[in-house]
Amino acid sequence: MSSHGIKDRVAIIGMGCTPFREHWDKGTDDLMIDAANETFASAGIAKDDIDAFWFGTAQSAMSGVPMAAALKLNNKPVSRVENFCATGSEALRQACYAVASGAYDTAMALGVEKVKDAGYQGLNAFPIPNDGTNRTLTAAAMFSLVLPAYAEKYGVDKDELRRTVARIASKNHHNGARNPRAMYRREMDVDAICKMAAVAGQLSVMDCAGVADGSAAAIVCRAEDAHKYTDKPLYVKALSFVAGNGSGLIDSSYDYTTFRECEAAGIDAYAQAGITDPLNQLAMAEVHDCFTPTELVLMEDLGFSERGQGWKDVNAGVFDLGGQLPINPDGGLKSFGHPVGASGLRMIFEAWLQLRYEAPEERQIRTADRGLALTHNLGGYPGEMVSFVGIYGSELG
Amino acid sequence: MRGIISAAGYLPYWRLERSAIGAFHGGRGSGTRSVASYDEDSTTLAVEAGRLALRSAGGATAPETLWFATSSPTYLEKTNATIVHAALRLPSSTAAFDSGAAVRSGVGALRAALRSGESSVLVTSADIRTGPANSPDESGGGDGGAALLVGDETGGGIIAEYLGGASVTREFLDRWRAPGDLRNKAWEERFGETQYLDLGLQAWNDALESTGLAADAIDAVLIAGPHARANNGLAKKLGRPVAIEHASTVGNAGAAEAALQLATYLETAEAAKTVALISLADGCDIIVLRTTDAIADYQPARTIAGQIEAGNSALPYAKFLAWRGVLAPNPPNRPEPARASASAAGRSIDWKFGFVGSRDRETAAVHLPPARVSFQGGNVDDMEPLPMADATGTVATFTIDRLAYSPSPPVIFAVVDFDGGGRLPVEVCDTTPDQINVGDRVEMTFRRLNASDGISNYFWKARPIR
Repeated sequence: MSSHGIKDRVAIIGMGCTPFREHWDKGTDDLMIDAANETFASAGIAKDDIDAFWFGTAQSAMSGVPMAAALKLNNKPVSRVENFCATGSEALRQACYAVASGAYDTAMALGVEKVKDAGYQGLNAFPIPNDGTNRTLTAAAMFSLVLPAYAEKYGVDKDELRRTVARIASKNHHNGARNPRAMYRREMDVDAICKMAAVAGQLSVMDCAGVADGSAAAIVCRAEDAHKYTDKPLYVKALSFVAGNGSGLIDSSYDYTTFRECEAAGIDAYAQAGITDPLNQLAMAEVHDCFTPTELVLMEDLGFSERGQGWKDVNAGVFDLGGQLPINPDGGLKSFGHPVGASGLRMIFEAWLQLRYEAPEERQIRTADRGLALTHNLGGYPGEMVSFVGIYGSELG
Repeated sequence: MRGIISAAGYLPYWRLERSAIGAFHGGRGSGTRSVASYDEDSTTLAVEAGRLALRSAGGATAPETLWFATSSPTYLEKTNATIVHAALRLPSSTAAFDSGAAVRSGVGALRAALRSGESSVLVTSADIRTGPANSPDESGGGDGGAALLVGDETGGGIIAEYLGGASVTREFLDRWRAPGDLRNKAWEERFGETQYLDLGLQAWNDALESTGLAADAIDAVLIAGPHARANNGLAKKLGRPVAIEHASTVGNAGAAEAALQLATYLETAEAAKTVALISLADGCDIIVLRTTDAIADYQPARTIAGQIEAGNSALPYAKFLAWRGVLAPNPPNRPEPARASASAAGRSIDWKFGFVGSRDRETAAVHLPPARVSFQGGNVDDMEPLPMADATGTVATFTIDRLAYSPSPPVIFAVVDFDGGGRLPVEVCDTTPDQINVGDRVEMTFRRLNASDGISNYFWKARPIR
C-alpha cells in the first residue's frame, strides 16, 4: 500500500468560520455566504478567481447546486461531499488533492450544516430505506460503551474514570469560554458535570457535543504560490482518511477501548508528515470530542498517551490549554458546537489562528512555536466509523 | 394413529398484579395476569410457542401446514402466519394460514389439523387480551401463545392420540368486538351462560357417543372459553373438576387458551390418560385425546409451569396501560422510525425473520448479518448460512439509552458474544436497567420492534436466560 501524501505541495491561504449557534435567524445559504465571504477576505481573493469548490454537508443540501446558487458562482465546478461527521475535513482533502494534481490553481472547501431546522434535539440521520434490522441507538449510547470497557481493561475505578471524562468536558468549556465563536461560553466544573442525570450509560448531556448550526471554509493553492496571498500560509503536511468496514461491530476481539480507524489514520498521517513524537512535536491538536470518552480514547489512538495511560495524562493536565499538548483549544465539539459538515473545517480554522498567533490572547497556546497542528475528525460509531487526520505547518520542510 | 407430537406454551415475562388495577381504580383484585411486553404481539407470541413446540419435537420433519389462530391479529388483509412461517424457517412447501379473528378459531384450527390427512401440522395460537381500563377483560385476560404439532406416526412420535370428539354450532350473541375497537362487549351474562350450558352438555354426549367412551373413562376435563361463569357451570354440571386452572396466574388467553391448557396438562400427564378438551366459544368443541407410552420420554423444551414461575409481577399498572395503548405517555422528542422497506426485507427474510447469519467456510468467522465478503481473510461468496436463533450468548458490554426512540424507553442495549462465535450489538428485552450486567447469559427472541405506516417491523432481540 502506498500513501505518499502531498506534504508541502498545497497551502491554506485563507479561512473563515461563522459563530456556531442555534441560528434561528439564518438559513443554510446565510451561513455559507457568511463563511465564504470571511474566507475570500482572509485570502484577499474574489470568488471568480477560485477555480473549483468542494461543498461539504451531511444532510443540509444535495449536489453542488445549493452552494453555487448561494454564492452565485459562475460556471464553476462544485462537488458536494459527505462522509458522516468528517464531511468538512473530506471537503478540504479533496480540494487539496485537486490543487496538488495540477488541475486547478486554487480551490475552496466549505462545510455547512443547518441542524436546528429539524425540530428534534440532537442529530438525526435521514432514513435510507432498509429492512428494519439496523440499530437505532443514539451516538451517545454507542460511545458510552467505551467507559465501562476502558475501566475494566485498565483497572480504573468507574467513578474516577467518570470524573476524568468530566474533566475533559470541563477543560473544553474552559477553552470555549475564551472563544467568541463558540456556542457554549460558560465554564463548567467537574462536580457539576458529574451531578447531571445520565442520558446514555454514564454520560449526561454535558458529555455530548453541542448541536449547532454553522459554516467554515478554507481556500488552498499550490505551496509555491502561497505568498502571493498571505505572509502566513499553513502548509498541508498530511491528509489521511480511513473508512472502517464495520467489522468492529461483529468482531468479538474488539473491546471498545480504541477506535481502530483513528489509530490507522494517525499512523498514516504521521508517516506522511514525518512526525515521530507527536506529543512533543505538535503545537496543538483539535480532536473529535463528540462525547467525552471519545477524546480520552483518541489521546491513546493518536499516540499522545500510552495505552491505558490517557486517563492519567488527562487528570495531570497534559492536554489543558497551558499543558504539554493543548487539545481542543477552541473548545472542541463540546463547547464550540457541532454543525456536522462544518466541524472538520472549524478544527482547521483553530490551527489557522493558533499557528498564525491570531487566537485571542486568553487562549493563544504557548506551544505555537512548534509550528505543527493536527486535526482529527471522525464520523460513525465505535466499531464502524470514518476517521480523518490532517497535519498542517507554518513552515515548509 | 394420529394425535399430538409435541405441545408448548409461551408466556411473556411480565405479570400484572390485579391488586395494582384495584389500587388505581379503587377496588380489589387477586392473583396476576400475564402481560405481553410492548414489543410482543400475537404473531411474536405464536413464533415463540412454535419454536418451543418444534424444539420439543426433536428432529421431526417440517409440517405440511402451519395454522395461526388469534382474535388479535396484527394485520388484516395480509396473512400473519407467513411471518410465523418465516421466523420458524419453515420450507416454502409448508402452507401457512391464519385462522381468525374469533376466540373459537384456536380450537377450530386444532380440530382441522387433527382431522386432516397430513403427516404433520403445526397449530399455533396466540392472543393479547385486554380492554379499557378497569374492564373485566383487562383484569381477567392473559397474554400467551401455544403451539401443538399434530400428525400421524410419519410426522413424529405421538404423545397423545386423537380419539375423536364433537362440535356443535349455534349462532347467538354473547361477546363481540368491531374491528379496531379495544373493548369486547358482552350481552347479559345469564343469556350466554344458558346457551353454553346447553351446548356443552349436547357436545359432551355427542363426544362420548362418537368415541364410544363412558363418562368415567375420561380422566381429565379441560374447559376453555371466554365466558367464565359458563365454564364453571359446565364443570359443575359434568360433576368434574377442571384439570388446569390458569385464571389466578396467567388469565384467559382467548384463542390460545384451549391449546395452552392442553399443553400444560401434557407436561405432567402420565401414559394412558384420557383427556377431554372442551371449548365453549360460539358453540362447543370437544377434542378427546389419550396419552401414549411415548409421553413418559417426552421432554418439553420449556415448561409452562416454569414460565409461570419465572414471571416478573413488578410491572407498574401505568406501564401496562401504555403498552396496550390505553394510556399514551409523551414519547421522546425524536423522529419516529421510518417504515421498513418491503423489498429490502424481502431480500433478507432469513436474517430479519429467521436470524440466520453466515459463516466463512475457511476462517469460520461469523457474520451477523450475513455477508458475501468475509471480514477475516476477505473470501468472497464462500459462506454457509448459520442459523443463530437458538444460539445463546454472553453480554460483553451494555448501555442504557435514554435518548433513542423507543415505544417504551429507555433502550437497553448490549454487545452480545455468542457461544461458538459471532457478535451482535443488539437490544435487550424483558429486563430493566438495574437488572443487566456484563457476563449475563442471553438467548434470542422474536419481537416487533416498532410500527410505521401500519407496517410492523419484526426482528430479534436478546433476553436474559431464566
